[in-house]
Amino acid sequence: MTTKTDVTNNELPPYRKREALNRWIISLPALSIIMLAAIGPILIMLLYSFMVKGDYGGVKLWEFSFDGWINVFFQRDIFDETLGLADAHLTIFWRSLKLSILTTLAALAFGLPTAYFIATRPKHTREIWVFLITIPFWANLLIRTFAIQEVIRNEGIINNTLLAIGIIDSPIQMLYTDGAILFGMVYVYLPLMVLPLYASIEKLDFRLVEAGYDLYATRLKVLRRIILPMIKPGMIAGCILVFIPSLGAYVTPRLLGGGKNMMLGNLIESQFGAGRNWPLGSAISITLMLLVMFALIFYVRNATRSGANHG
Amino acid sequence: MQSPSIAVEAKNITKVFGHGKQHFRALNDVSVSIRENEFFTLLGPSGCGKTTLLRMFAGFEHPTQGAILLHGKDIAHLPPFQRPINTVFQNYALFPHMTVAKNIAFGLEMLGKPKAEIEETVDRMLDLVQMQAMRDRVTSQISGGQQQRVALARALAPSPKVLLLDEPLSALDYKLRKEMQIELKRLQHETGITFIFVTHDQEEALTMSDRIAVMSGGRILQVGSPHDIYERPAERFVADFIGETNFLEGKVSVLEEGDRLSVTLDAGTEGKQIQVAFDPQNSPETVQAGQRITLTVRPEHAQVFPIGSTSDDPIISGKLENIVYFGTDTHYHVKLSDNSIFIVRQQNSQIRGDVLVQNEMVNIHFSMDSARTLWD
Repeated sequence: MTTKTDVTNNELPPYRKREALNRWIISLPALSIIMLAAIGPILIMLLYSFMVKGDYGGVKLWEFSFDGWINVFFQRDIFDETLGLADAHLTIFWRSLKLSILTTLAALAFGLPTAYFIATRPKHTREIWVFLITIPFWANLLIRTFAIQEVIRNEGIINNTLLAIGIIDSPIQMLYTDGAILFGMVYVYLPLMVLPLYASIEKLDFRLVEAGYDLYATRLKVLRRIILPMIKPGMIAGCILVFIPSLGAYVTPRLLGGGKNMMLGNLIESQFGAGRNWPLGSAISITLMLLVMFALIFYVRNATRSGANHG
Repeated sequence: MQSPSIAVEAKNITKVFGHGKQHFRALNDVSVSIRENEFFTLLGPSGCGKTTLLRMFAGFEHPTQGAILLHGKDIAHLPPFQRPINTVFQNYALFPHMTVAKNIAFGLEMLGKPKAEIEETVDRMLDLVQMQAMRDRVTSQISGGQQQRVALARALAPSPKVLLLDEPLSALDYKLRKEMQIELKRLQHETGITFIFVTHDQEEALTMSDRIAVMSGGRILQVGSPHDIYERPAERFVADFIGETNFLEGKVSVLEEGDRLSVTLDAGTEGKQIQVAFDPQNSPETVQAGQRITLTVRPEHAQVFPIGSTSDDPIISGKLENIVYFGTDTHYHVKLSDNSIFIVRQQNSQIRGDVLVQNEMVNIHFSMDSARTLWD
């Protein structure tokens, strides 16, 4: 559509040109906010990632270097200055990716039955259930995460209870593990999966489900051949909403993963803080953004393909 | 004559939705037998229970009481996917994420038919409903009438023992509906499958069905051929619901020998008795003088004459209120002495030379046999 107007723009009568100009003027405030708040900072970060790091943080302005980007994946040996793979960084990338994918899958596995349950309640009770799903958002994320810490730490409720009953002799290490991060992230992001899924299941025409049963499809086949393809847009939206914040999660891995089990968000924070390596921090930030972008492109492509089928 | 075998039978079906104060009795002790290869119609106003009964045959609802037999076997407890019965849904319920061909193939795939057989059957079905050209279209890209055909093909493809049709024509415009009525009759004839058709459109029911069950308030009032239902309604509701009719209230004056009954009407005869045919099959066991009775006379069975005409048949008289010209026929609205309106419909091709003047008194003649007696 846009290309069509572009092509014919030259032949537009004057009043149409004025209209086009007016449209630009009207959208100016919005455009300037996007420039100042989104594109500007990203450009600054891109610029910083190509500069030499300052001795006490910051950068040496207009002194350019590729060190920031090289350090994302490689590290210079302290003695002979040869480049080797930055194992620590790669581990963190891998852990972030793995935990985000696992979080997304777990949220989908728990979110789908939950959303289905809510969408199949009588109309007036559905709103109550949706309301209940949003209640966790009322408490601050930090407080909720501390509460999880309190439950799973070595002297926490679970371990103390199990010890008291006599099922275990010594506390199980749950806090500061990848499992703890996964648990925390699924807990935090589950509502983001349930809500779009609920929206698409609620729109589902259950007469199609009846038609499936009528045509000899068992319950499992109705789920696989009719329900899942129909609610695919909701599933994709939910996965995007869970995956993206998971990949950049900061609070949850910090409090539940401890210092050892860092994720990308924590790595970036440490480069701008204790590491005093702003170019590296900027480069990792942009890498994270690229990761998210690729994931989004992958998702959107899938979504439009299934969308095209819907006509 | 050998009686045709029964395909589907509902035995004393009662269905109650909800419970306590909110409960609703959708079906009340309904029994009906539907024959093999029959075009059977459940006809009634909305809320009469016809769709509930159909959904019970399909397996979407289960009876609170009673049994559903398919070829003599009780299927009331079977889920829909274990019944060799398919449904054409009111809104077609085509799968929007599949092509026309995929929709038709769905039931066969679920039955685990071999691929070659599925392709062959889908091909045959597309030919049957004349949709070969649309086979690879997505269902949202075809018109309502075409969707209707695909829904039919999809339901017929697994060759069910019984096909259920839930008001499948109600979403189509008038002309298309007429076409599809003929098409459905043809399909039923060609496939030899028992069709159970649900509609609230009495004209549709009359033109398509072998037999009709008229339903109201969760009960079946009458089962019979379209001719039976129209000409020999068993109850006032049936007479009123199917086509136009006139009701004359009165009481039995004398029970004649055999097949005649003398009736004194409340209006139109100035207290004179008229004689009508007596149908013992549709009457209470004992009929006494003085008992209330209703006569129903179809508008096309009556004729208007100038006052003073004579006949051996019953005559009633009233004031000619209105003459309405309809092209093929003319309607005469005659007001009787109790202010009720009696409508007479006369074909214009058979119009006589009599001069009938509006607001003048006229005589209405109808034959003894065309007046149907109904009892309260």
